[in-house]
Order: sequence, then C-alpha cells, then structure tokens
Amino acid sequence: MLDNLIKKTKKCDKPITKKRDIPDGIFYQCPKCKKSIYKLDLRQGAGVCPHCNYYYPVSPKNRINITVDKGSFRELDVNVTSVNPLDFPEYEDKIETYKYKTEQNEAVITGRAKIEGRNIIIAVMDSRFMMGSMGSAVGEKITRAIEYATVHKLPLIIFTASGGARMQEGILSLMQMAKTSSALAKHDDAGLLYVVVLTDPTTGGVTASFAMLGDIILAEEGALIGFAGRRVIEQTLKQKLPQDFQSAEFLLDHGMIDSVVKRDEIRTVLDRILRLHSKEDKK
Amino acid sequence: MSQTIERIETIYKAISELSKLEQNDEIVKTIARLRSILIHLEKKAQKEYCVWDRIQLARHIDRPRAQYYIDRIVEDFIEIHGDRSFSDDRAIIGGIGKIGKHTVTIIAQNKGNNAKENVERNFGMPHPEGYRKALRLMKQAEKFNRPVVCLIDTPGAYCGIGAEERGQGEAIARNIMEMSRLKVPIISGIIGEGGSGGALALGVADRFFMQENTTYSILSPEGFASILWKDSKRAEEAAEKMRMTAKDLLGFEIIDHIIGEPTGGAHKDPQQAAHKVKKYLIEQLDILETKNIEKLVQLRYERFRKYGEFGMAT
Ligand SMILES: [Zn+2]
Repeated sequence: MLDNLIKKTKKCDKPITKKRDIPDGIFYQCPKCKKSIYKLDLRQGAGVCPHCNYYYPVSPKNRINITVDKGSFRELDVNVTSVNPLDFPEYEDKIETYKYKTEQNEAVITGRAKIEGRNIIIAVMDSRFMMGSMGSAVGEKITRAIEYATVHKLPLIIFTASGGARMQEGILSLMQMAKTSSALAKHDDAGLLYVVVLTDPTTGGVTASFAMLGDIILAEEGALIGFAGRRVIEQTLKQKLPQDFQSAEFLLDHGMIDSVVKRDEIRTVLDRILRLHSKEDKK
Repeated sequence: MSQTIERIETIYKAISELSKLEQNDEIVKTIARLRSILIHLEKKAQKEYCVWDRIQLARHIDRPRAQYYIDRIVEDFIEIHGDRSFSDDRAIIGGIGKIGKHTVTIIAQNKGNNAKENVERNFGMPHPEGYRKALRLMKQAEKFNRPVVCLIDTPGAYCGIGAEERGQGEAIARNIMEMSRLKVPIISGIIGEGGSGGALALGVADRFFMQENTTYSILSPEGFASILWKDSKRAEEAAEKMRMTAKDLLGFEIIDHIIGEPTGGAHKDPQQAAHKVKKYLIEQLDILETKNIEKLVQLRYERFRKYGEFGMAT
C-alpha cells in the first residue's frame, strides 16, 4: 500500500521523534500541495517540492552541505549549551528534548568553511530547535563566530531562521541582540564583508539585530521575514493582512533587502559576492 | 494593589483635603499625626510591593513623562524634529540642551498623561522613523562631541503595517549597532516601561539606570503569557517569573543604579522624582566627562559582551 510508505510529516510530540529536515520513507507527502514526492527527488532538489516549489526547512547540516565546499566545514564551539538562568519551569527538559530531536546542542551551528576555495565563517540557525529562538547560548555562539571572523579577517555568512528572542531566558535573551550587534560593529570597522541569508522564518529579536545588519542581505524565495508576528499585527489593527505581507518579495519591494534568491542558486550567488569582495582577485 | 497601598492613598487624600482648610492647632496636629502614620505605612508598603504593583506604578497614567523631566532638568532646551527621510515620530522627543554645566543631546520616548496625548504620542511606541531620528541625533552628538542621554518609556516598538514596510527590525538593529560604537558618552535610563527591542534601541549605554518602580523586559507579561501559555490572563504569574524589576536587573548587572522614587511612585511627587534624576545625571556626566573615549567605547563593548549565561555540554 502506498499509504503506508508515505511517512506522515505532521509534527507529533509523543512518542518523541527525531526531527529530520527530510523525513524517512520512500515517498513523502508535500505539506503544501499534498502530492507524493519521491525521496531522491527531494534530496537532490535541496528540499524543494518538484510539484509546487514548496521549500522544506533544511537542517543546518544539509544547509552547510549544499552551500560550502565538500569536506571544508570545521565546526566551532560545538559544546556551548543553554542553562536555565531564570529557573524557568520545564526549560531544561525542553532543551534536552530538542537536543535529542535535532541531534544538536543548540539552535545554531557555526564554523569555518570554504566556498570555491575561499575561507569564510558561517553560522546557520535552525528553526526546528525551539523555533530557532535566541537565548544566551545562541547569542554566544554567533558572537564568537563574528569575533573569530574579525580576528582572522574573514568574511562572515549567516543564515538566519528564528522566531525571535527566547522567552525562557527573559532579559538575558534581549541582551543577545546587543551582544551580537556590537560584535558586528567591530567586524564592520575592520572593513570585512558580512552577508546575511534570511530564511523562513526570520522574525522578532533576530530581525531587530544581526539579521538586518548585513553589507548584503539576501533572502530565500518565499521566506517569511518581519519584526512583529503576523497575528500580533492583525490583533492590534483588527484587520486581515495581505497574503504576501512580510514575504521576502514584500521586503524586496520595500527596499529592505538586496535580493531574493532561489535555494539552489544561493551558493552561486554567495560565491560571486565573495569573489567581488576578494582582495586577491583585485590584483 | 495591596491594602497598605490603598490606605496610603486614602491618607494622602485626607492630608491634601485638610491642608486646603483654614489651619488651626487641631488641624495642624491631625496632619502631623497622619504624616507619621504615613511614614510608617510607606516603609511597610516598600516591603510589600509585589512585581505586579510595580508594573502598575511603571504604567501609571499620571507618571511623569519624559517631557516633564526635560522641562525640569534641561535648560536652554531646543527640540529637534524628524528623521530627514519620512516624518517626525512624536513618540520620541529629541533635542539639545544643558544639564548642569553639560551640553547634551536628549533622546526620549514620551507617553501621554491622558488619552489625547497618548494618541499624539502613539502610547510611546515608536515607528522606524522615530529610531532613525534618534540615530540622526546620536551621530550629530558625536560630531559635536556632546554626551547622549536617553530616557526610555515604551511598551515596545510599534507593531503595524507601516512599521514593517519601513523596516522596524532594521531601524532597531542599526541603532543598537551604532550605539555600541558611538564615540561620545551615553547614559540611558528607564522612567516607566522598558519594553523589549523598542527599549534596547535606546539602551546601549555606558551608564544605565532604572527608577525604583520601573520595568525592563523581553516582552510585556501579557505577551509573554500569551506566547508561552497561550493565555494572556496569566500575566501576573508571568511577571513573577520574568525578573523585570529594577532590583532584578541590578542583580543581572544589566543596570548600574536604581534611582529612588517618592513613596507611592514618581507621580506622587514629580518634582522630587525629577530632582533625583537630575542629580544622578549630573553626577554621572561629571564622571564620564573625564574618561578617555576610546577606553569608554571599549568598556561599553565589554559590558554587553559578557551578558548571558550558558554552559558547556560534555
Ligand atoms: Zn508540493
């Protein structure tokens, strides 16, 4: 039966299932068009539905695979992990669950890598890990990556994906916005290149800090990007918002980003940007 | 509100009524007696304040606003308007003036004391153009080498269609980054509510104070409860967990000083509240004036660099 081969992609909490960007099974059902997708098609298409162009969320691991030179990635600060500074109920359990589900310590992975032989520092956020929310550990990892790039005079590329600040760490999460942005000021002062790739979704405190500070800001096609949540705005204004509100295309139209890029073209575009900013190539 | 605070309110009213009468020995004695009871009750109330009481004081409609402090504290004030690209955001007052002997740039979020003022001031919730006006004034302060004083009082940055279209996130991010490297001393402080990124966008400073009955938080307790528990009615419970009072923030070393308020809140005696803020600002401006600016900016970086608590997985 084909039905048995279609793995349900709907999120369920019990029993705990590992979060994979592209789930197991031979066929998947596309969450948007509901058609069956053959596993290999999805993998080769970097998580894009061949029928309706739906973008499956990509894990940092796969994102790195499709972005940087094969075998070039060296992870930094793997062990930085969250604690519970406000003694917030059930926060530790939540962290442990997400660690298990995603096989990562936190909602961002950072490291050094190469694109077409050029050294870069890369940070990739993970919307599957507590909505990619930024608490102290995420802020620390990103700040260290920025500082590493500054010290080693390297270009920095950050893929954002975040629901915003992590509520469970209260005001300390807010301070991560200042911490990361201050580190970026130093990277900027050193005349170094910072490219942001906004992916779905990028909102709240991440939008109001490092996500919007790139020298060049790209956005993945169709990504939702905004400061306030859609529901909050609808409740405040008591009116429905247009479908494309806060889409990557909407931000492009309003002059907030430089370019909207298809998933399978991101590496090529990044390579071109890096080449245009490379000092060696200018000689 | 606790019973003690209610009794204080009643006695305040009684004293005020008695003071209006023609004074005789009897009345003078009664007032004196009431005042001594008041002192006792006020001390008691200080200990009894729960977080929720302080939030009510921080949000009190009669609380003195930035405009009041500017009028009381700043001499030769000249207001400066507009972001030079879209409009003038009335939620933020900007200008130049003298505090004591120091010429400073003032940037302040201003709520209203009534419905009409609040409509004009958008309840102290700035749009991107408000933050861009603030940034323009900060860069101007840097050019003329004068310190920046920011007074924070906002439930948060405004959430709306125009705010999104014009890049609320970018405006806040830019201010945070530029403040971190601004080459003049910066003093920021909360005179009411310090709501989220909308507050932080004026809050990357060398000195950070909070008045005694103010709050600083990642989100309003209502919003917090609604996000985490899908129930905004649990705001009081959220407030207890969020650690958002001046004392909490001092504990995290996110602020340097708590400025005392008149008993019952700043609105009970605005003149006294303003006097204390002025005294603090002059003290700190005197100190900051003597500092080497490169060193100061480096210390500002280190201050924000250390925020956060994390562990190492084994
Ligand atoms: Zn599809």
